[in-house]
Amino acid sequence: METFFSFIAAHQQMIYIVILMVFVGIEVIGRVPAVLHTPLMSGANAIHGVVIIGAIIVMGQAAEDNYTALVLGFIAVIVGTLNVVGGFVVTDRMLEMFSGRKNTKNQQPKNK
Amino acid sequence: MASILTLIYLIASITFIVGLKMLAHPARARKGNLIAAAGMAAAIAGTILLYEDDNGNGLQNHFWILGGLIIGAIAGTVAARKVKMTAMPEMVSMFNGMGGACAALISVVEFEHLMSSLHATPGLTVIESAFQSGLRTHLLIILAGLIIGSISFAGSMIAWGKLNGSIRDITFRGQHLFNIVVLLLVFLMFFYLVGWLPANGVLLFYTVLGLSLLYGVFFVMPIGGADMPVVISLLNSFTGVAAACGGFLYDNKAMLTGGILVGAAGTFLTILMCKAMNRSLLNVLIGSFGSDQKQSGGTNAHGTTYKEISLSDAAMVMNYAQKIIIVPGYGLAVAQAQHTCHELEKLLELKGVEVTYAIHPVAGRMPGHMNVLLAEADVSYDKLQEMEQANSEFPTTDVVLVLGANDVVNPAAKDDPSSPIYGMPILDVSLAKTVIVNKRSMKPGYAGIENALFFQPKTSMLFGDAKQVLQNLINELKEL
Repeated sequence: METFFSFIAAHQQMIYIVILMVFVGIEVIGRVPAVLHTPLMSGANAIHGVVIIGAIIVMGQAAEDNYTALVLGFIAVIVGTLNVVGGFVVTDRMLEMFSGRKNTKNQQPKNK
Repeated sequence: MASILTLIYLIASITFIVGLKMLAHPARARKGNLIAAAGMAAAIAGTILLYEDDNGNGLQNHFWILGGLIIGAIAGTVAARKVKMTAMPEMVSMFNGMGGACAALISVVEFEHLMSSLHATPGLTVIESAFQSGLRTHLLIILAGLIIGSISFAGSMIAWGKLNGSIRDITFRGQHLFNIVVLLLVFLMFFYLVGWLPANGVLLFYTVLGLSLLYGVFFVMPIGGADMPVVISLLNSFTGVAAACGGFLYDNKAMLTGGILVGAAGTFLTILMCKAMNRSLLNVLIGSFGSDQKQSGGTNAHGTTYKEISLSDAAMVMNYAQKIIIVPGYGLAVAQAQHTCHELEKLLELKGVEVTYAIHPVAGRMPGHMNVLLAEADVSYDKLQEMEQANSEFPTTDVVLVLGANDVVNPAAKDDPSSPIYGMPILDVSLAKTVIVNKRSMKPGYAGIENALFFQPKTSMLFGDAKQVLQNLINELKEL
């Protein structure tokens, strides 16, 4: 219990952010059409790839001779980057199709 | 220097929020994705160049960091570029698992770090207790990141394997009880570790890691393929929370905002998906598909037969129809038939037939799957009808062409309480005058249930690969 209180006291600011972000997260995608469920999930997937920052810090703080930390950190950086880059590229590929259609739609009236 | 980094993190956090917001709107989605990606790139570059710990030391091992980034970036780009549209859901699951693994690995390294610093400072008792309270919260966050990250990793890998067919549903008696016991054990060890900081903490820590991985595997294992989108979305939000744990660990606001944002949005999206299937999240997670109830479906016991229709007959029927609704499903995606489908639609329109598409919210393997596919083939946005709209259109429709969809048009969801999909809203295609169903064979769909629709008198079956069949239909129609 004591740990719990000291945790809250130590991270007061962070906890406020958590609470506000929960509401922002729900609000922001509140009225998403079913069409966009998959790209939205994929985009969100890429955003939580921000965990890569932690991996970079771990890697950057590892001592030269601490091979466990070096190897694990290195793997963490690779998989974290996979999450970020792969996530954004996949999302972009999905959305490319939407924008492609939008363009042709806009062009058609002009041609006629 | 550090203040510039703070500003970069602030900007990154804003791009995440704005990006996610834009992703929820069709016209701005792509730009939103790019904005979030730019914010992410800035945050990564800023961390490498400007990060300093409390003592003002910068990061080392730049060579390793850059190497990892380059390998990850190339592999990620290639995988994401090469993946087929049908395999998109698997890919998302895979990348999500990578994020979870990243969070878990960070926890492992930080734990080792914590342990070595603990040994180095035997310390006085008074200072020790003060130190320990700070250490406890540290350990609490490390453990939370470890547990959530590894569950997400293991679960996503199973979901990935299930979607690409390399892992079958495995169920055994008392599976739910087993899962609850494993989860309970994880929690108990978590509290024991944080509360008592026992001497054998290292061993316990790795036991927690092992059990969390085990739980991730058995959490997803019994859930049927048709529910996989919901599970991936849920695991997606798990990884978000795991990333947020990293935010606490490094007092990093960008990780915190990004992680919690995805955690909240992902959970909400999961609930939206469940709603689309008219089921509760608990029902999806516990009432697993394909378990003991599977045998109760008595449709096949009726001994009724289905009838086949020839290509030329099908073309004839469609040629003289006034209004046709196409119901696409996973079969269309597998056959990559979206372009051919659009061609057929254009041809029929030329002949004065009104053609629209009825999109079930969970058609295909992921919500929105069909929309993405049809958008690729330049099918006009106005032609796509959502479920409620389509259901009110069916009674005035002459022909419904079902292309590789099964469970989303299964009447058992409406009138067979013993069916595992009972309660899921369906596209009521039997309200139309004629139903033509294109399937590769009479094999049951993804949920493994027989479909009574195929045996109804107004339904005719048109077997074959969707692309092949559509191409042949087009040729027949051209000759008419």
